[in-house]
Amino acid sequence: MIRVILPPHLRTLARVRGDVELEVQGQVTQRSVLDELEARYPMLRGTIRDHVTQQRRPFLRFFACEEDLSHELPDAPLPGSVASGKEPLLIIGAIAGGLMGYKLPW
Amino acid sequence: MSKVRVLVGTRKGAFVLTSDGKREKWDVSGPHFAGWEIYHVKGSPADPNRLYASQSSGWFGQVIQRSSDGGKTWHQPGTPPGEPPAPGPPKAASNKFVYDTSDATGKPLTTHQFYDGTQHPWEFKRVWHLEPSLTDPDTVYAGVEDAAIFRSTDGGENWQELSGLRGHGTGPKWQPGAGGMCLHTIILDPSNPKRMWIAISAAGAFRTDDGGKTWKPINRGLRSQYIPDPNAEVGHCVHHVAMHPSRPGVLFMQKHWDVMRSDDAGDSWQEISGNLPTDFGFVIDVHAHEPETIYVVPIKSDSEHFVPDGKLRVYRSRTGGNEWEALMKGLPQSDCYVNVLRDAMAVDSLDMCGVYFGTSGGQVYASADAGDSWAPIVRDLPAVLSVEVQTLG
Repeated sequence: MIRVILPPHLRTLARVRGDVELEVQGQVTQRSVLDELEARYPMLRGTIRDHVTQQRRPFLRFFACEEDLSHELPDAPLPGSVASGKEPLLIIGAIAGGLMGYKLPW
Repeated sequence: MSKVRVLVGTRKGAFVLTSDGKREKWDVSGPHFAGWEIYHVKGSPADPNRLYASQSSGWFGQVIQRSSDGGKTWHQPGTPPGEPPAPGPPKAASNKFVYDTSDATGKPLTTHQFYDGTQHPWEFKRVWHLEPSLTDPDTVYAGVEDAAIFRSTDGGENWQELSGLRGHGTGPKWQPGAGGMCLHTIILDPSNPKRMWIAISAAGAFRTDDGGKTWKPINRGLRSQYIPDPNAEVGHCVHHVAMHPSRPGVLFMQKHWDVMRSDDAGDSWQEISGNLPTDFGFVIDVHAHEPETIYVVPIKSDSEHFVPDGKLRVYRSRTGGNEWEALMKGLPQSDCYVNVLRDAMAVDSLDMCGVYFGTSGGQVYASADAGDSWAPIVRDLPAVLSVEVQTLG
């Protein structure tokens, strides 16, 4: 089970509280996690990555295991602890000097 | 008993203000979509409980919201209200605004002029204005930045560009105004379903007479001294256009500078700024029952986006322009430095026409006597981006 933490505005759109848990088939990558996230919550389509290009929206960042994964390739495997569900993948709205709506869990 | 519903879009959410026909006591609902920029909320003339809202964010992009109960509950078209849908291929495309590049109907994506004069590719940013059809609650038009017009015929679930506008040839001369290159005004002709008008900052006004297939610029008579050719066919920073539904050939325009009027559906324009203290401004609207009575809110200048002399004054002309009177009763007349943006004025259609506008300071003012006197409905909302009114019952 993959755990994803959404920024508050996207939690509101998806009508969820807390972490989102996803079953991802095959290799766990940014793309496969986001594909599954958008399949479960279609209202998030276009809000994390562009509808057509599938590029990450410029003011969003992906973090996991205290690392910035934003510039990793979409098909690169995510860390094993994310794939195992031990650590969450964080989708973060970035602002200068902070992270929108977050108190980071570490 | 008649009722009035005022739909307010702000920098940090939407608000729905309701009152009975006296318009003295108001119920305030909101914020809806708290924390998001709500550029526009508008109701369907064919079904007043059907509302559309443009929700956007620099982080998360564009979202379209729809209500079927007058703004009590909302959902994104194409996703079920309430719980998330069952797993399966995602369908939601209500925020998918893709410029038409198809061989059959699209034109190749051109470039437009950027602030520095270089050419720049078209990039979708947000929806500025939603204009529901006069007859079908599921048909709605969207004016977007970078400037283009889209149409949905399924209640906002899917959008198609009316690409004849962007592809008609002058696109490379369009350029962004200070707020971006936005298509902000869409006017539907109640007497001719094939005709509509749009306006773009900064390109000008355009009209279609064939339901949106082809468009022509209608800017003859506009003069803008801040562009290389002041009388150019396109490039004018039109801020807003208004029309009285009983006279579709008569249009009123607040341009960047100059208040203008057309009596031939936009084929030519004449200046009607007359005795206004300044003819810079954003809003313009028409009295619901008097087609020659129009309203503007003069703003000091394009470098000082606030009202002149610290005094908030609506100006009314009962002669279709040129002769204006200041309306100030109930409005602050000292130390007031707010702006009133282009979509932030509207009128109701009760017997005594109500006039409403919202400010960058978060006040929404209402007049139940056609502008003679004013009172705030609310004083402390986030900065107001748009105001629309529905007259119910």
